[in-house]
Amino acid sequence: MVFLARGGQGAKSATEILAQAGVLEGKFVKAFPDFGPERSGAPIKTYLRISQKEIRTSEPIKNPDVLVVLDETILKSDEILKNIISNKDGIILINSKKSPREIISKTTGLNGKIYTIDASGLAMKIIGKPNPNVVILGYLIKITEIVKISNVIKVFEGIFNEKIGEELTKKNILAMEKAYDSI
Amino acid sequence: MTNKIYKVKAMTGGTAAAEFLRQAEPDVMAVYPITPQTPIVETFAKMKANGKVLTEIIQVESEHSAMSAAIGASAGGVRSVTATSSQGLALMHEMLYIASGLRLPVFMYVSARALSAPINIHGEHGDVMGSRDAGWIQIFSENAQEVYDNSFIAMKLSERVKIPAMVIMDGFHTSHTVERMNVQDDKTTKKFLGDYKPEKSLFDFKDPTSFGFLALQNSYFDFKIEQAEAFKEALAEYKKITSEFKITFGKSYDYFEKYKLEGAEYAIVIAGSASGTAKEAVDKLRSQGKKVGLLKIKLFRPFPYDNLAQALKSMKGIAVLDRAISLGAYPPIYSDVVNALRSADCGLPVSSYIYGLGGSDILQDEIENVFEDLIKWKFSKEIKYLK
Repeated sequence: MVFLARGGQGAKSATEILAQAGVLEGKFVKAFPDFGPERSGAPIKTYLRISQKEIRTSEPIKNPDVLVVLDETILKSDEILKNIISNKDGIILINSKKSPREIISKTTGLNGKIYTIDASGLAMKIIGKPNPNVVILGYLIKITEIVKISNVIKVFEGIFNEKIGEELTKKNILAMEKAYDSI
Repeated sequence: MTNKIYKVKAMTGGTAAAEFLRQAEPDVMAVYPITPQTPIVETFAKMKANGKVLTEIIQVESEHSAMSAAIGASAGGVRSVTATSSQGLALMHEMLYIASGLRLPVFMYVSARALSAPINIHGEHGDVMGSRDAGWIQIFSENAQEVYDNSFIAMKLSERVKIPAMVIMDGFHTSHTVERMNVQDDKTTKKFLGDYKPEKSLFDFKDPTSFGFLALQNSYFDFKIEQAEAFKEALAEYKKITSEFKITFGKSYDYFEKYKLEGAEYAIVIAGSASGTAKEAVDKLRSQGKKVGLLKIKLFRPFPYDNLAQALKSMKGIAVLDRAISLGAYPPIYSDVVNALRSADCGLPVSSYIYGLGGSDILQDEIENVFEDLIKWKFSKEIKYLK
């Protein structure tokens, strides 16, 4: 999987949460950002491999099975897209109010089955903050079944109860579940 | 009996290092922040704040001071550790020689990173290669699991032969990558490491000792020969400690890892995180019937010349991939491999490749192409760049 986002949107946390949930299920994982100086707002890329077998490679992922786009304006950047050959059998999930058809008409070189969800909007409504990552996680798990949502929630609580408090954690999980159930 | 009580966890190389430190619970950790070492100290400081360790954390004003504080603590007779990267390691350079010259088993993580100028915060081995003559044990790690496992071997070895040790992980590629790994249980790890009992200590008032006195023409040379002898001892002790590690934790480690060298005609020698990608290349070419293999460097100082020559001498040709550049000379691992083969009277052709400087990517295709070069007998004296 490749996540495209802007610094501060929680792409790194999202991949790490999925990785931790994968390990809870006895899977092998490797999650790492495309290492650049991390600055709020700058385009970033994170990678995640999940497998039943040991993962040895540390190559960046160039033809992901799943491409997740947390900020659609990134699709305008040739620089960040140029190293991703999108996989025609793959899945592309975009945080956008637009329909998949609208997105395709404006972006060249995107192949695969495209899904869109207004993750920022849903997050704003439920959490009160436009952080799209939890909504995207919920939706992503529903369409890929890569890990169980119960394990993702468990990992999320483990990390965030302490960090942001139980109330906000609950709201985040609610947003994740809403997205999961929206299909 | 082999320890079977371990936990499977998702960790980065950085948090794996902190987890080891929690279990080893050194008396003193001197800290000064630098990327990409940050997750080590950050995670360990949280452990300290949450009361999980009693270690005294000393915040200092530079890496030069961090190493100085670690040296002072070690001379005081306690287990002392630190962690750094790149410019930090460079700033410590003077003190590295003090630690090794005083025969103090200071333990350090290096999240290896490029050196300025130009400024670059990403992974490569240039910083640790700059310290290879400083009298420290150096062990390279491929992934988070090896960072953790190598720590046990390095700390024990360091204390036994009184040589400071650095456990090396690739900056970002290992320090910041979340992976699945096994963490051993606290009791077994503490038993394996044992308590640190220094032979000499500044605080042993019954047997007072001086550290760091003057040694001129009449004795300096002898001190250096003693250190050189200690490195020979370290090579033998490493073998013993890895056997103890196998008995306790059930895992075999050697001076280096041989991957599909059996029946191979062409081999790549490589160290660090790119070894995993190289193993994938080996598997792919093997599936096409090509006789290729890999030797992954782990213990780099002392360098296991004889064993390495034995492992490689039946090849037809070798390529050494260095993630460091020695300006005006062949790169470090290449030079050591050639020396090893030469001292075993083995005249194999060896090519030198440099990859991944400043964190640039190394791809499986590129490694496959190196093997193809070997198979096509394209050897040259020119250093080639994989970029």
